[in-house]
Amino acid sequence: MPEPFQLHRDPFGRLALTDAHGVQHLGVNPIRGFPISAAEYGVSICDQEGRELVWIRRLSELPGELRNLLEHELSQREFMPVLESIDKISTNNEPCEWQVQTDRGPTAFVLKSDEDVRRLDGARAIVTDANGIAYLIADLNRLNAVSQRYLERYL
Amino acid sequence: MTETADHGSNLPARWSAAIDRALRPGEKVIAWFETDLNVELRFAHEAVFLTPQRLIALSSSGQDQVREWRLPADLTLLTRDFATVGGLELVDSHNRLAVWRYTTARSAAAQRFAHRFEVARVGHANGDGGLGAGVCPSCGGVLNTDDGACPECTPAAAPPPVSSLLRLIRFAKPRLGMIVLGFVLTLAGTVASLAPPYLTMPLFDKVLIPHQNGLPVDPTLVYWLLGGLAGSAILAWLLDWARTYVLAWVSERISADMRSRTYAHLQQLSLEFFGGKRTGDLMSRVSSDSDRICNFLSLNLIDFLTNILMIGLTAVILLSINPWLALVTLSPFPFILWLVHWVRQKLRRGFRQSGVAWADMTSVLADTIPGIRVVKAFAQESREVERFDQSNARVLESNDRVNVIWSFFGPLVTLLTEAGLLTVWAFGVWLVFAEGITVGVLTAFLAYISRFYTKIESMIRMVQAVQRAAASAHRIFEILDRTPSVAEPKIPYHPGRLEGSIDLVDVRFKYGTREVLHGINLSIKPGEMIGLVGPSGAGKSTLINLICRFYDVSEGAILADGRDIRSFPVAEYRKNIGIVLQDPFLFFGTVAENIAYGRPDAPRDEIVAAARAARAHDFILRLPDGYDSLVGERGQSLSGGERQRISIARALLIDPRILILDEATSSVDTETEREIQAALQTLIEGRTTIAIAHRLSTLRRADRLVVMERGMIVEMGKHESLLESPGTYARLHQAQLELVQGLGA
Ligand SMILES: Nc1ncnc2c1ncn2[C@@H]1O[C@H](COP(=O)(O)OP(=O)(O)O)[C@@H](O)[C@H]1O
Ligand SMILES: [Mg+2]
Repeated sequence: MPEPFQLHRDPFGRLALTDAHGVQHLGVNPIRGFPISAAEYGVSICDQEGRELVWIRRLSELPGELRNLLEHELSQREFMPVLESIDKISTNNEPCEWQVQTDRGPTAFVLKSDEDVRRLDGARAIVTDANGIAYLIADLNRLNAVSQRYLERYL
Repeated sequence: MTETADHGSNLPARWSAAIDRALRPGEKVIAWFETDLNVELRFAHEAVFLTPQRLIALSSSGQDQVREWRLPADLTLLTRDFATVGGLELVDSHNRLAVWRYTTARSAAAQRFAHRFEVARVGHANGDGGLGAGVCPSCGGVLNTDDGACPECTPAAAPPPVSSLLRLIRFAKPRLGMIVLGFVLTLAGTVASLAPPYLTMPLFDKVLIPHQNGLPVDPTLVYWLLGGLAGSAILAWLLDWARTYVLAWVSERISADMRSRTYAHLQQLSLEFFGGKRTGDLMSRVSSDSDRICNFLSLNLIDFLTNILMIGLTAVILLSINPWLALVTLSPFPFILWLVHWVRQKLRRGFRQSGVAWADMTSVLADTIPGIRVVKAFAQESREVERFDQSNARVLESNDRVNVIWSFFGPLVTLLTEAGLLTVWAFGVWLVFAEGITVGVLTAFLAYISRFYTKIESMIRMVQAVQRAAASAHRIFEILDRTPSVAEPKIPYHPGRLEGSIDLVDVRFKYGTREVLHGINLSIKPGEMIGLVGPSGAGKSTLINLICRFYDVSEGAILADGRDIRSFPVAEYRKNIGIVLQDPFLFFGTVAENIAYGRPDAPRDEIVAAARAARAHDFILRLPDGYDSLVGERGQSLSGGERQRISIARALLIDPRILILDEATSSVDTETEREIQAALQTLIEGRTTIAIAHRLSTLRRADRLVVMERGMIVEMGKHESLLESPGTYARLHQAQLELVQGLGA
């Protein structure tokens, strides 16, 4: 079944969507519905005003090219580094500086309060830094012993 | 905009060599921007430099890799911000030429850079658009010129921690006299309690043993010694009594000071703080944490000091009687110290964890008890019980972990004590046989050493209390260290009674990283009534929160009587504002007290007049105790409309220059609304008014309607003229008409 809409990228790098009625919308934004709990389920494409144009139940149901385009665009606007290990936490009291390894390279950030470390379902957790950037811990049990020791007092 | 010398201050060292190479002779950097990500969104640094002629890009992967674009051309720098990442994009009229990526930490800097680029390209500096103001929107401090960050507000990691317990000294200072007295009493008491074993020595050597060996004994010496023993016991008791009293007195006061200081500080903090913290947690910090510290100060700390004194003095006495025996006796001591240190580490982590677990559990309570109606309505009692059980289980688990350490450690100390005593016996008996010491000396030693170890044992038991108190102190200082984000100005200007004009200049506001107001411009004349309309979520409440200074703007400024509201002391400014909210909150107290909340000294006449004007007088008189009826949480429950009229009277009584009505009539029926409308009419008279309402008919009397949508002002004007153009207002109006007609049909 052909998709009821089409997407392409314009020379400015923006996404343009042609909907089922052939109307073109420039600069549309793909947004995940459940970015943390179910990233692959539910992506909405909204126009610049934030009105939904298309709801895609599952990205995997889209034909390859369209899916690649969307996934690339999503990866450009999603930024949730996966925390792989904690090298050092500067002090015992917040605010403290964390030096960490992530899947996007090593970095350091400031944690404002102990409530910014939050356990999710299962063994996942999220650390939110002072700038609002979230670092995902995919599996608490798979962190090395040093990192687990550091996290112990928060969870 | 001032040109920064050289490459601008604070340019990270990694760029200076490369940019020096890239610059032509005489070319100067006007502005620069450093990213914290690369294009693949990995943590890395890239930099863009602006000179009067060119835009130069460097990247840290290959610093010789230089890209450049000549100015002026049809170039534009755009910033695009998503939730936590942003992009700076260089485009010409056909294409995107380059992209730089950064996290929200740098988005303000990116915007500033794009702005400077625009200024340089157009070739004239027509104002800074609020960006170059150089003053921090929250604290009024001076901003860094290059990255636009405020050195005072940007969160930084805490300096090396002074132990939270030591910081309690701040609260102890005002009570210094009593504390010194307590300490002197402690010292005296300790010395008095150490005297008896010293007296037993001559009792053995000069009295008992000579007597046993058939030698004559001086009976007066016996009386003296026994008298001394009794005397020192009584003295020790009296001193202990005085000490306990004095120290309990002091510690109660310290913890009371701490409670009120914490609470006062809490009241200063802006809504932002309360948004992020949980009520239960805050309550437990103010109440039980300060209580725990009080207990610690009055009981444990003193015991701790006494014990240390006692241990020190005992060691000195033992050494002076017989150094060899003393050294052997004290040999396990270093080991015990090391053990204490080890356990302290373990326990500290344990207690922190159990503190977090405990706060979690209180939060569940604070969450569900006020929401009990919702819980019951959706029949979720068992799930809530389960949720509570879960956090209770976590408390249990963390306490268990502490107990494991503790149960191992306690008996170990007892074992060490026994070992110490055994050593003294063995070595002492040998010494007596070798005629090194007398029996009297040995008994004194045994008496001292058993005291010594009891003290050590009790001191170690106290480690637990110390760690608990340290954790509590930490939680309290976490509040006290928080600087209010709605800060008092450094150089305050006293507004007095305002005329009532309000100007919003390019106001932007972010909740966390999400911008919900995007550049609002609006001028309101004194006495004008503005109706603020728009779909829900448009940012209307946020805008008035900013005008009330519950939050501070992220960018731009709000002026009252032509002055930035951040230059006024917060309380003096708010005296000029009356607020009526959709769901008015009544405090526990009488109706009269609630009406007079903003002006507790208001005479009764004025309270009644305000209630009358608010159309509340009649129903108040129907309450069992009239104006003295208790309302609020534990009092008489009132209907929504009644509470609303009380809150209108409350706003009326302070006679504000600026009046804010946020959906004041949305939660009441039309009949009541008509009453409230009439009440409001009195209130609005002659004041600058900003009213938000869903029923557009409510705003008929507004001088001007301002239509907001998605954080922007989309239309402005009178009802009639707005209806003429097919815009948001016309749409909202149409929808309401249809709703009414639908009801009529
Ligand atoms: N405390 C808050 N924290 C985060 N976002 C908020 C907060 N308050 C409001 N918002 C968001 O800001 C936007 C504007 O909200 P608001 O000003 O309450 O709208 P309105 O009053 O026009 O209905 C909404 O999208 C809302 O979700
Ligand atoms: Mg609202």
